[in-house]
Parts: sequence; C-alpha cells; structure tokens
Amino acid sequence: MRTYHQLTDPDRSGLADQIGAQRRRVAERLAGVRRIVAVMSGKGGVGKSYVTAHLARALARAGRAVGVLDADLNGPTIPGLLQTPPVATPPAIGLDGVKCVSMGQFMNEGAPLTFKGPTAESFVWRGAMEASALRELLGDVAWGTLDFLLLDLPPGMQRYMELCDLLGNPPAVLTVTIPTPESHDAVRRAMRAAVDRGSQLLGIVENMVGPQFPGSAAEDLSREFSVPVLSRILFNPTAADWEELASQVSDARRTTDDAR
Amino acid sequence: MKFLCVECDQQMAFGERQLPGDGTLAATFKCPKCGRVVAMLTNPMETQLVSSLGVEIGGRTVPAEPFEMVNSMVVAGSAGSPAWSSDAQERLARVPSFVRGMVKKIYADYAKERGINEITPAVMDTARAELGLEGM
Repeated sequence: MRTYHQLTDPDRSGLADQIGAQRRRVAERLAGVRRIVAVMSGKGGVGKSYVTAHLARALARAGRAVGVLDADLNGPTIPGLLQTPPVATPPAIGLDGVKCVSMGQFMNEGAPLTFKGPTAESFVWRGAMEASALRELLGDVAWGTLDFLLLDLPPGMQRYMELCDLLGNPPAVLTVTIPTPESHDAVRRAMRAAVDRGSQLLGIVENMVGPQFPGSAAEDLSREFSVPVLSRILFNPTAADWEELASQVSDARRTTDDAR
Repeated sequence: MKFLCVECDQQMAFGERQLPGDGTLAATFKCPKCGRVVAMLTNPMETQLVSSLGVEIGGRTVPAEPFEMVNSMVVAGSAGSPAWSSDAQERLARVPSFVRGMVKKIYADYAKERGINEITPAVMDTARAELGLEGM
C-alpha cells in the first residue's frame, strides 16, 4: 500500500498551505517592526509585565514607536498597566502612546480564558488553541511602523517556544529576575532554553532590589551567560530608572539571526 | 490528510464536509476509479483539535477574518460559572438532592462548552435532548 508522500495528488484540504498562509500573514503584519524583544523570565511574580509596560512607556517618551503584545493569555495585565481604553479593533493606545493588544481586550472583567469546546480531555487541544490565539494577536493587528514590539511573556517557556515557531526566527530576549537564589534557578533554565533556541540575550533586569529579597541572581546570571545587567530596579523606581533602561535596550546591538 | 482506495490504488478525492452542530465533523472522499465513497467521522475532541489550528478540512474558500479564532472560540463571558435563571433554578430544585450536584454540573458544562452565559429551562431542554438526559 502506498504511503502519504507517495500519493502525488494535492491534499484538497491543503492544511500545510493553510498553515503557511497563517505564517505569511504574521510576517506581513510585522514587516514594519524594526525590533521584536521578548521580555521573559521563566519565574512568575518577578514583575515582567511591570518592567515591560514601563520600558515601553520610556521608549515611547524617548520618541520611539512602541507596541506591546501581552502574551500572558491567561493572566493579562498589560491593558491595566498601560491604562488602555476598550476598543473594538486592536491595537489599543495606552499611556504615552504605546500600542497594545491583549487577550484582556477580548474577555470580560474577571473572566478566565475559556474556549468553547468539549471540556473532557481539554488538555489535548487547549495548548493548540492558545498558540492560535497568540498567532492572531501577532498577525491580525495593524501594528504599522514600530521601532519596538515588546512581547510580555508569562512564566515558563511554552509561549516563548510558540513565538519562535510563529516568528520563524527566535526573538531577542530581555530577562527579568529578582535577586533571590530561587529566582536565579528558574531564570537560569529559561535563559539556557533561549540560548539553545538561538535567541540573542539582550541583558538582565533585576527587579525588586532591596532588603526584602536578598541575593545576587542578576550578577550570577550575568557572569554565567556573559550578558550585561542592564538595570537594577528598586521597589520605588523613578522615571529616570526606566529611561536608563530604555536607553540601554535601544543601544543593544542586533545579531543577524534574531527575528528583527 | 489523504485517503487511498486500496483496491484501486487510487487517491480518493474530497467530496463534502458536514458540521452537524454537535461538535463532530463528517467529510466524504470518493475513489475516482471505482466510485466508492467513504466518510471520515471525527469525535468532538478531534474536531476541536483541528479547529484549534485555525484550519478548515476541505480547504478554505475565503481568507480568514481578523481574530477569527479568538472571536469565535473564546468565551468572553462570565467571571464564573454560567448564571441560572430563576425558573431554571426552580426546575433544578425538583431534582432529587442526591444527584442534584451532578445534574447541575452537567448543565453547567454543557453551557460553558457552548459559550452560554445563562441557563434557562429552554437551554436545559436542549441539553437533555442532545445529551440523552431524559428524566433529569
């Protein structure tokens, strides 16, 4: 009996072509974006969204055109941090003119992310559904011309891996940690995964610096991965702190392999 | 996916796709040589997996709309379980107490799966018919 590849007539459903069209749509939408930066950690609760929102605002105040994609589909916080108004068609425009898209714009206040479909064995399809939602957030938004598109990732590595597939090339990565040894251990794994996947590590932001969270995570990670600590953010950061970080990110050199 | 008529060693041609509305999918394929038709029937979980990729069995006839999947598949809805109308609550109260919790969950799951925010007697009737819950 002949096998799949031995049947030469085209597959009427053209599933591979449909997937290809989806990828092209993402690429076309992002054609006007100069730099894509994934803000990630691997550790929850370190302030990734907070850093993303304030970095985006500081870049915008410095005259850059900035967009933020809230890739935390289950716990979207960017609309609140950027104080975006409800809009029918994303992107919404938030504080300092930052463009934003988030699942939060598609769900009612307080509602969890729920998909229509059979609840039994939903783990089989839920991951694919979330990846499709991420694809639409990337490819169905008229981003226009942007200097930076910041991707606010949730804890863990799944969303990062999905982004690498959707973008074609791995995005540059800005890592956020807090000083503790526990954060170091989790963030280290994420940075290793990013390196293995081929992402450029732009640098490390150490957040929540102060006596509440003792440790030297950023310094240790910096030494291990040979990347700079771009900023140490205190519990009560000033606008100057964010402007300094924005300046560092703006000056970071690109490698030839990253997504933009 | 492709279908082969083993007897004729011919690739079968896609015929039509049907979505009965119960979460399943039916697609027919026909052998161009002997004319035999087979139907591929997927269960709700398999159908959902294909839907979650944002693709259509049989091919797309029109390009995807912006946010097509998010708008059609995400339940924007409630902050918790579906609400129960007062007459639906009265009807639920008539269910024997030892199975009431299970029955309530069945109706709630049915509503959630379909993005229904409020359970009414009409919704309960439809669920009973679709799920074979006569007597609940």
